[in-house]
Amino acid sequence: MIKQQVSGTVYGVILNDHASLQKIGSLDEAPYKGAPKAPVLYIKPANTRVCCGSSVQLPAGADSVEVAATVGLVMGRAAARLSAGNAMDTVAGVVLAADLSLPHASYYRPAIREKCFDGALPVSSVKPLSDLAGIVLTTEIDGQVVDTRSLGDLVRSPAKLLADVSEWMTLSQGDVLLVGVRYMAPQAKAGSVVCISAEGLGSLQFTIVKGAQA
Amino acid sequence: MKHGRISYNGAVHQVTEAQGKVRLADGRLLNEGDFTWLPPVEVGTVFALGLNYADHAKELAFKAPEVPLVFLKGPNTIVGHKASTRRPADATYMHYECELAVVIGKTGKNVSKSDAMGIVAGYTVANDYAIRDYLENFYRPNLRVKNRDGCTPLGPWLVDAADVPNPMALELTTRVNGKPTQEGTTADMIFDIPTLIEYLSSFMTLNPGDVILTGTPEGLADVKPGDVIETEVENVCCLVNTIVDDQTYFATV
Repeated sequence: MIKQQVSGTVYGVILNDHASLQKIGSLDEAPYKGAPKAPVLYIKPANTRVCCGSSVQLPAGADSVEVAATVGLVMGRAAARLSAGNAMDTVAGVVLAADLSLPHASYYRPAIREKCFDGALPVSSVKPLSDLAGIVLTTEIDGQVVDTRSLGDLVRSPAKLLADVSEWMTLSQGDVLLVGVRYMAPQAKAGSVVCISAEGLGSLQFTIVKGAQA
Repeated sequence: MKHGRISYNGAVHQVTEAQGKVRLADGRLLNEGDFTWLPPVEVGTVFALGLNYADHAKELAFKAPEVPLVFLKGPNTIVGHKASTRRPADATYMHYECELAVVIGKTGKNVSKSDAMGIVAGYTVANDYAIRDYLENFYRPNLRVKNRDGCTPLGPWLVDAADVPNPMALELTTRVNGKPTQEGTTADMIFDIPTLIEYLSSFMTLNPGDVILTGTPEGLADVKPGDVIETEVENVCCLVNTIVDDQTYFATV
């Protein structure tokens, strides 16, 4: 029996959907000097993880936040040097996640303040693994649909992404790999109620609360 | 006091230093070589600083940053004293980075500079290896460079903060096969420890076991399979690591 629980490190990836690549535009010039070759990862540390129903207080001085709806692969066992063909055998289930970031247009430097503030990753309970290519994620802010995205638009499929990442790092049981976030995702203002949902995966709700005065 | 973690006789033990040996809680003394070193703390969130020494920033042709350049590491990259670290066959430039590591001992949010040292449990040494061939200009330094399995040796000892009265004036030294290659002092940090704790805790809660790798001074050099790398911080400890090639690393034992 494999353990289905988010207990480890949460990794995410940028620029893994065609819409985001189109939106960010040419990557030839400085500072990027070329499109990324390997998956570009970031870490959402333990302090960011909150459950459905949470209130997320923004850092001091911030009054809006990017809400990037995504899905996370929850590892059922330690995995490294996988191939796309066997990668999904190591996945115990999936979670719905809202990767919150203070708005940032540049991907040049690590965005720690922007992405790692307390509460910056509302995440659902673990759901059974299904065909992710068919998943459509809907983001609602105060009851209005502000974004829908299909995981059929991914550049690296979940299996390919997991295989490529596991080339240089071992993922442990309970670790999570988010399959991608939109570049400059829709923003929610302080006071908003946000709901992420997908057919078969249920929904994830949380409230954005203004930070203390800067 | 110096605290360590080892694997011995089928179990993990918290140990202290005694008479140049390792002392188990029940009083048994072990000699080096009779046990396996583990990282001195089970790490929580691991922060690392880029370009936090002016000379190193210049060495890499960057101007010093205006806010701390922080990146994160996962637990997969942390290994203990006397471990081996893999240099992939396709790497042409892999370098060490000797760093003072600050271990957090108390939970803290919105900690002011003047209170910052009060949440520090102690100090250890990190070697924050980088393989520059894999650098890409997205969230740089990207995880393929800095979060490789076993690429961040840590240890051997966690030294109580009380035993390191001035962490901002410690010599850092790296030796490759016994020959000094990197020398600097923590006095040259751009963002000192209280500033880093104030900055990080202004937007996130720091917890016991979180570790801040505070950056490295100039003096980087390529390391090759077989090289023995010693990274030492004065009054803290000396961390030893050996570089191995793919064949050795992946060899079936």
